[in-house]
Amino acid sequence: MSTVLNNLVNQPYKHGFVTDIETESVPKGLSEDVIRLISKKKDEPEWLLEFRLQAYRHWLTMNEPDWANVNYPRIDFQEIIYFAQPKPKKQLASMDEVDPELRRTFEKLGVPLHEQKIMAGVAVDVIFDSVSVTTTYKAKLAEVGIIFCSFSEAVREHPELVKQYLGSVVPSGDNFYAALNSAVFTDGSFCFIPKGVKCPMDLSTYFRINTEGSGQFERTLIVAEKGSSVCYLEGCTAPQFDTNQLHAAVVELVALDNADIKYSTVQNWYAGDENGKGGIYNFVTKRGLCKGVNSKISWTQVETGSAITWKYPSCVLLGDNSTGEFYSVALTNHLQQADTGTKMIHLGKNTRSKIISKGISAGRSSNSYRGMVKVGSRAIGARNYSQCDSMLIGDRCEASTFPTIDVQNTTAMIEHEASTSKIGEDQMFFFAQRGIGSEEAISMIINGFCKDVFVHLPMEFAVEATKLLGLKLEGSVG
Amino acid sequence: MISKDSKVMLEVKNLRAKVGGVEILKGVDLTVNAGEVHAIMGINGSGKSTFSKVLAGHPDYHVTGGTASFAGKDLFALEPEERARAGLFLAFQYPVEIPGVSNSALLRLAYNTLQTERGLEELDPLEFEDLVHEKIKVVEMDPSFLGRSVNEGFSGGEKKRNEILQMAVLEPKLAILDETDSGLDIDALRIVANGVNSLLTPDNAVVMVTHYQRLLNYIVPDYVHVMDGGRIVRTGGKELAQELEARGYDWLRAAA
Repeated sequence: MSTVLNNLVNQPYKHGFVTDIETESVPKGLSEDVIRLISKKKDEPEWLLEFRLQAYRHWLTMNEPDWANVNYPRIDFQEIIYFAQPKPKKQLASMDEVDPELRRTFEKLGVPLHEQKIMAGVAVDVIFDSVSVTTTYKAKLAEVGIIFCSFSEAVREHPELVKQYLGSVVPSGDNFYAALNSAVFTDGSFCFIPKGVKCPMDLSTYFRINTEGSGQFERTLIVAEKGSSVCYLEGCTAPQFDTNQLHAAVVELVALDNADIKYSTVQNWYAGDENGKGGIYNFVTKRGLCKGVNSKISWTQVETGSAITWKYPSCVLLGDNSTGEFYSVALTNHLQQADTGTKMIHLGKNTRSKIISKGISAGRSSNSYRGMVKVGSRAIGARNYSQCDSMLIGDRCEASTFPTIDVQNTTAMIEHEASTSKIGEDQMFFFAQRGIGSEEAISMIINGFCKDVFVHLPMEFAVEATKLLGLKLEGSVG
Repeated sequence: MISKDSKVMLEVKNLRAKVGGVEILKGVDLTVNAGEVHAIMGINGSGKSTFSKVLAGHPDYHVTGGTASFAGKDLFALEPEERARAGLFLAFQYPVEIPGVSNSALLRLAYNTLQTERGLEELDPLEFEDLVHEKIKVVEMDPSFLGRSVNEGFSGGEKKRNEILQMAVLEPKLAILDETDSGLDIDALRIVANGVNSLLTPDNAVVMVTHYQRLLNYIVPDYVHVMDGGRIVRTGGKELAQELEARGYDWLRAAA
């Protein structure tokens, strides 16, 4: 197939530059000493160090998961730098004191750090390598009682909240990468929406890995108290290195009675080159707990840019009448591998979940949907609807679906639909014969395919996602 | 029919073409003028479908010799989408399904691409809605088809009618109908044929590629060409089709 398809998929990565900035990092490798050092650098309380050490000791007893449909050489965890940060200057009094080099970096990435220039009405926490650079609109949010800050600051300023919720959704020993993250996480975002408050603006975290050889292990914790709601966005990019970098984040969401959390990600890490050299290993644990009645957690993700994606944003539906949603577009090209999906665990009565997954594979990539719908014995009246669609571009890629359904209550209603389609030469010729060029044709097909997911993205993300998919696919159909 | 002021729309000379390394067209000559209806008949494998795909520029088919001019342009120097924008339309023998892309979105994008090409204003969705609701009457289709994904879940007859709807919207100079009659029941055949007839003007032309004479009862050709072994071996009026129907293709071969 054809050059047109090929050219379409093979657009160069635009965020691959490296910022030349003085960084301070701990020596590579992992040990209790390194963990103590990280904890000391961050001036952490004893209980947090204990949390880390416990996780580390547990991690030592665990094995890397090998059940995912991905292949990569074993990771040498002693070769990774676990902490890197731009050399700290004095405490920042205002945004203007952010290192100009850093500011330029984020401006280049389209994330200006000046509040007045920022995307209208979006507060951003910016994470560069291991640390949060700045959080915008903090004061404004504080007026309504919302806490939105870096994780480190939350540990300092709101230790009781962090202590209460950290690890409450993803326990430190949950899985191999969650344990690793719990041991070495360096920063991240913390967000607390008090009772009855509807967050007046979208909150956003922007992650950037810069230092070669460093991993990024951030932690996000969002707590929505009774009757509150928040819309959260996450964006990520990384420079282009020939070596693989590990990103092992943990995101925990807690929704209490009648609370509503909507979490959207447009992930555009560096995916490696067309021969699969370099790129990010994205091994992330994201889970939301619908703890209260009528609570709702909705995940929307557009995954385009890791060498390997291993990620299953999930919902534990504990509260009666709670709702979990998962909307996903995963695009793989070249030699990218994605094994992604969700888990919906129905525990409360009349809990509902919905899964819409769209996988697009191009090049020689492999794209798998892996999902689990579990209905516990006490979850009377649980309902799930799942739809998993795969699209193949060209004839050297692969799409797989691994759905698991485990129902222990006879009143449950579970629906699962799946389809596979292909952008073929005949479709492209058809569009051409109607006068439509290949780029427009592909964008039309892909947008049609992803429509059910894109409608759930916030407006500016939807536009970005559409563009991103177009760029990623430049040259892949022909 | 042929008159002194007739405009040459398509002129193909000694066309040779290969697919998968095998030469299928071995020197085709054909001239089509504005206002004319041509039928190309022949047995399976005679090269008639290949001929239509070569004209439209299907990437699997390679021109190895000869020339073709279309509306004054060197056809083979144009990309498939440029040929379409120049007014060449192919109604497909097997229309493809495009899941997730609505019929009306496709039609509007195609229509507006042409408008831009012709230096005319694009239509917004509402204006286009009005246009397409007029056009859809040509093929007696229910407007609900406009909201559905292109050809997805359509019956064979609905797909063919959808092709003619696209032709009605795009108003091509030259429409090539590649076995549009195959797989149609008698009612669908009548609807498709009526649709095509209603679109005929002195300024456009139609080339029908067909196996059977049946279609020609509804869309009456000015010329009938018989293809055999990758060449046009006989050209006549509409009565040639009737003779073929009565005596079979072997009769021609025996005569040759």
